Amino acid sequence: MDRRSFIKSSTASAISLGVGFSLFNNEVIASNTYFGNPWIKIHQDNSITLTNSRTEMGQDVYTSISLLIAEELDCSLDAIRIEAAPFDPTNHGNAMLGGLQLTGASTSVAGSWGSMRKVGATVRTMLVSAAAKKWNVAVSSCSTNNGYVMSGAKRARYGELVDLLRQEPIPKDPALKNPADFKYIGKDIPRLDGQAKVDGTAIFGADVRVEDMSTAVLMRWPVVPPNIHGGMAVKAVDKVISYDADQARKLPGVLGVYRIDEGIAIVARDYHIAQQARKLVKITWDLGDTSGLKDTETIMRRLKDAAAVKPGVVLRTQGDVKKATSAATSAHTATYELPFLTHANLEPLNCSARIANGELHIWGPMQNPHLAHTVGVSISGLPPEKVFVHVTFIGGGLGRKAEIDFVQEAVAIAKASGKGIRLMWSREDDTKHGAYRSAAYVQMEGALDAKGGMTALRVKLTSPSVISRALPPFIQNGVDPFMVDGLHNLNYDVPNYEAEALIHEVGVRAGAYRSVGYSVNTYAIESFIDELALAAKVDPVAFRLTHLNGQPRAQAVLKLAAEKANWNGPQKPDRFLGVAQFSGYGSFIAVVAEISLDGTEPKVHKLVAAVDVGRVIRPTQLEGQIEGAMVLGIAGAMLNRVTFKDGVVQEGNFDTYKMLRFRDTPPVEVHIVNNDNPPGGAGELGLPPVAPAIANALARATGSRLRTLPFLDV
Amino acid sequence: MDLTVNRKNYSFDGSPDTPLLWALRDHLDITSVKFGCGEGMCGACSAHVDGELKRTCQVSCSEATGKDITTVEGLPPKVAEALKTAWLELDVAQCGYCQTGMIMAAADLLKNNGNPTDEEINDAMNKNVCRCGTYGRIRKAIHLAATRL
Repeated sequence: MDRRSFIKSSTASAISLGVGFSLFNNEVIASNTYFGNPWIKIHQDNSITLTNSRTEMGQDVYTSISLLIAEELDCSLDAIRIEAAPFDPTNHGNAMLGGLQLTGASTSVAGSWGSMRKVGATVRTMLVSAAAKKWNVAVSSCSTNNGYVMSGAKRARYGELVDLLRQEPIPKDPALKNPADFKYIGKDIPRLDGQAKVDGTAIFGADVRVEDMSTAVLMRWPVVPPNIHGGMAVKAVDKVISYDADQARKLPGVLGVYRIDEGIAIVARDYHIAQQARKLVKITWDLGDTSGLKDTETIMRRLKDAAAVKPGVVLRTQGDVKKATSAATSAHTATYELPFLTHANLEPLNCSARIANGELHIWGPMQNPHLAHTVGVSISGLPPEKVFVHVTFIGGGLGRKAEIDFVQEAVAIAKASGKGIRLMWSREDDTKHGAYRSAAYVQMEGALDAKGGMTALRVKLTSPSVISRALPPFIQNGVDPFMVDGLHNLNYDVPNYEAEALIHEVGVRAGAYRSVGYSVNTYAIESFIDELALAAKVDPVAFRLTHLNGQPRAQAVLKLAAEKANWNGPQKPDRFLGVAQFSGYGSFIAVVAEISLDGTEPKVHKLVAAVDVGRVIRPTQLEGQIEGAMVLGIAGAMLNRVTFKDGVVQEGNFDTYKMLRFRDTPPVEVHIVNNDNPPGGAGELGLPPVAPAIANALARATGSRLRTLPFLDV
Repeated sequence: MDLTVNRKNYSFDGSPDTPLLWALRDHLDITSVKFGCGEGMCGACSAHVDGELKRTCQVSCSEATGKDITTVEGLPPKVAEALKTAWLELDVAQCGYCQTGMIMAAADLLKNNGNPTDEEINDAMNKNVCRCGTYGRIRKAIHLAATRL
């Protein structure tokens, strides 16, 4: 934090302060005098408000990041109010994601560990200094505890020092606590948004209620959106040849029908009326040429054909794979296929917008308030300081709500209609107009020596780009860093290794989906490593441990998972175990799946994970994140896939895009290796090893290998 | 038409075929009932109508008028306390979007079965979807709440 931030905030600029978003519909907000910076406000009535730079979508940043600040500020979170940050990338930008005010890629806690503790320590240092001057005592005689500064018999609550704080210089390098003195970090304090999420007061996107808000729905081009490279806010192309909305306009409660570039928007008194009206609108679309999207098989064949003839970008080379393979005792190849997936967040996309009195206000479940602001400015034509972005709680993001198509549409409809509107996507809209987890074709080659050791490994990934469309600046030298996760940074020790990635577009919009590239690449790599272990007749855990030489943290979680799953002990007669591991986000995980056979299909009975994310901020949160990601991993392994016919996504509601439900969700166990390393990412860690662990268990049970996801015929 | 929600009377002037969900959300501003699918397949909009568990996207206002509609805010205090406390103690919610519906379904289960097994919980709750994957914690929270009722 620099002085500029403080000065800007102490002048209470509209952007930095005063417009944080209240996340609860029953909240009484303190409005008395305060001292503040962009993250902390200390009020004269002794209440404290923290501003959360990241979006809460289940991953618990609302509590975890607040804990980092509160620990160093030295006050408990009991009486603290937390609001969502306004658009202000100078102070709330994500240094791990190019400075964008964007939540994703498991960066929130890892990226806040240093900065947010420093924010807390800065203010605590100033509080102590102010109190020392007030009492005319040495700073060294002062201490803090739970919202009080103390020196001998003297005590002052933080709020009493508000006026004095304004005179205090801002310390450049405030001392941080010794981790041994942490009072809150690492303890299981309750989740701070838990109460609001069980009593219904938490405000999600569509729960925002402001005066004169109507409901909008949008009829979009039925063809799956393409993966056009060049920026997330690519302007939509009007594909309507003609339309007739006369009948819809006559329906009572319909307030207007508007043609915007994105389609035909219906604005109505409520969602039901809007959906009824939708059935009455006749549209002739320019569907274009969908022959390349004739069906799912055609799309997958296009990936395979490209993989066969087009070279990719070489990500990493060590040794000489070719030479090692020809010298090997045995050489092995296998290919793996993964389908497109949709996020299917339980909260369908939605966004509210209103242009009035020379201001645009946008409310919604946004992982990406940064680009929401950008498109708001561009569509409204208003100056940047007149565009306000209010981030709500997100009812599941999984990467989809880092996109801004839904924001763009809402602002366009608000502009066209001149009304305050709440744009609602139906479940079918949400499924059919996704930013899908890329389908992928992964070719693996490996070689073993006479002792059963892996001497060479080669991987070639062919898939649509994850990030070229949305955030082109992230592409460097033709490499999509999100797509290649797990390839360039493979954690195995193998003397000859080559990884290659080919971006090949097939006309389907791709985007970030929880665990992004790791969700694809770990399935292929960990399945193939298992194939090599079986071919070498070496125990799959032992084989991995050998080749994780020099990776003590990866070895430790693998050993722990194996131990907790009783890998080497007797199993129930009809049960089989499979294992997988990977490292990513600065963290380590191994998972053992326990399955039985249901005919030829696997039935998952239990998952056991061991994780090392470095220092644990809130243990229950970490367990919950790993559990949840593993459950999503089961859904992806067993059930989920998006299919196509003539360019149109065939799945719509949950009868066709199946959800994993209570009956099919086995117990999942999480074991934590806690240590003093800086925190790594946790939100996406649990998913990648699940599908390969299940496939590996099945292969051990039957000898048959599942190389295509999902495993069930759904 | 009159709608009685959490023992309070509201007048609703929309079409009688409006699903109760949209009367609650878009007209009465009761937003604790959530929209997830609109087809009765996710349970996010669960509420009690005359004491019966219903997906409010599948009940029209003409069916609901004259009946007692209960959302999470209107659950009997003892049940509400037991469930919410268990949910908080076990840190169940992640994104939280499904959880009010889960609690309404759990309250219905516990009314009919004071000590459900895991299997019975799975059967009773199978129509409620949680994409964050909190099912395991919900099972534990229902067991915990059951011990306190």
